Amino acid sequence: MDLLEQSVPILLKGMAITIFLGATSFVLGFGLGGLIALARISRFALLKVLSIIYVSVFRGTPLLIQIMLVYFGLPQLGIQISPVPSAILTFTLYSAAYLSENFRGGILAVEKGQWEAAGSMGMTYSGTLRRVIFPQALRIATPAIGNRFIALMKDTSLASVVTVVELTRVAESVGSSTFRYVEAFVVAGAVYWLINSVLSVGQELLERRMGRAYA
Amino acid sequence: MTDNVAIHAQGLHKRFGDLEVLKSVDLTVRSGEVVVIMGPSGSGKTTLLRCLNLLEEPDAGSITVRGRTVDCSGPRQGRGRRRLIRDIRVRTAMVFQQFNLFPHMTALQNVIEGPIHVRRLPRSYAIEVGERLLARVGLSDKRDEHPARLSGGQKQRVAIARALAMEPEVILFDEPTSALDPELRAEVLQAIKNLAAHGMTMVIVTHEIAFAREVANRVVFMDKGYILEEQSPSVFFSDPANTRIRSFLRLMSDTGPHPELEEAS
Repeated sequence: MDLLEQSVPILLKGMAITIFLGATSFVLGFGLGGLIALARISRFALLKVLSIIYVSVFRGTPLLIQIMLVYFGLPQLGIQISPVPSAILTFTLYSAAYLSENFRGGILAVEKGQWEAAGSMGMTYSGTLRRVIFPQALRIATPAIGNRFIALMKDTSLASVVTVVELTRVAESVGSSTFRYVEAFVVAGAVYWLINSVLSVGQELLERRMGRAYA
Repeated sequence: MTDNVAIHAQGLHKRFGDLEVLKSVDLTVRSGEVVVIMGPSGSGKTTLLRCLNLLEEPDAGSITVRGRTVDCSGPRQGRGRRRLIRDIRVRTAMVFQQFNLFPHMTALQNVIEGPIHVRRLPRSYAIEVGERLLARVGLSDKRDEHPARLSGGQKQRVAIARALAMEPEVILFDEPTSALDPELRAEVLQAIKNLAAHGMTMVIVTHEIAFAREVANRVVFMDKGYILEEQSPSVFFSDPANTRIRSFLRLMSDTGPHPELEEAS
């Protein structure tokens, strides 16, 4: 037990990196996904096509391959990137593809009458989106977005293959130095579960809060 | 003449695919006038109303509101044109059959949204006016309620206050009571009558015959994409010239309005 106890600080550090990876990529992916959703519903055909291709590529290929390609590919193009930024970049691009679809679904689910009411009072397209459509679309998309965040938190374990010392990698190294693999991975798994339980509760509270006006 | 014309539509054509919904429609509404549009389902009433506010863009013809004209026969691109259309929309408020209140905003927020974010009025002033308008439709106590907590009639009265807040040249009503239970219709009709008494210019698509008779200065009867008849209500209801109108009125008074037949538009 001593050996595992000694590992607590390093496990905590791994947990911090995992949360950092997940949260940062989620926030960045949220922004990028919003832009992609806007491009997808825009009336400019080029933007529309580009966003469709983007989503198709990043949703249609394994995340692990994307991680490898960014980590090994960018240096080949002369861009030096360390493991953590390269992982965040990949997770951002990847989750933006999914989130943009969540946003798009939310936007399409807002009643047509809302566009008409805003339009009939002379609101601009961007004003209508910002003031009328987004607030409603976001509420509709919140469950899906929450699921995405939780999935992303678990996906960050793949960063271990490009030497990011996050929770999974820590568990691996603790396991190999103590030969207590099972315990190490059980602890790591429990930590993921704990993080995501907190996120679930947060999602639940957010949904309730956003739904209050509609009750 | 041009001075007191609130809205003038000329030669409006509109087709949806193969279906020609409006076939050369002219309509002039003078300031302070209440025009009621009646007609059977699919006659083009709602489309005409939506064209007046350019929610639907006609395929041909022109709309003039207070001397500003949008010509729908010419090219349709450009910033200037979009701005002109917005300008006309600001001046022609719309009240919808399904209310279309913003569900994420309270009653007051619904009313002040346009004044603040479209007309760029100072917030405190918009709130002051908004509260006055809610009082005018009898909903001061619902100020901070969201639409989900309001009855249909209350929602529609908030929608009327929201339209008034734009200080429009004309308010367009698209079957404002058709989605309401019978016992909730009276309060909405009363609110509209009050506006008429204050000289508000209005174009109203409705099936409420008694209401039309009381409030209209002019009744426009549409059928198959044309305006068949324009008459004062006294003549229109008591002595309709056209047999088509006579049979329509008979049907309406026999059985009352058929909202379920009027959903299509």
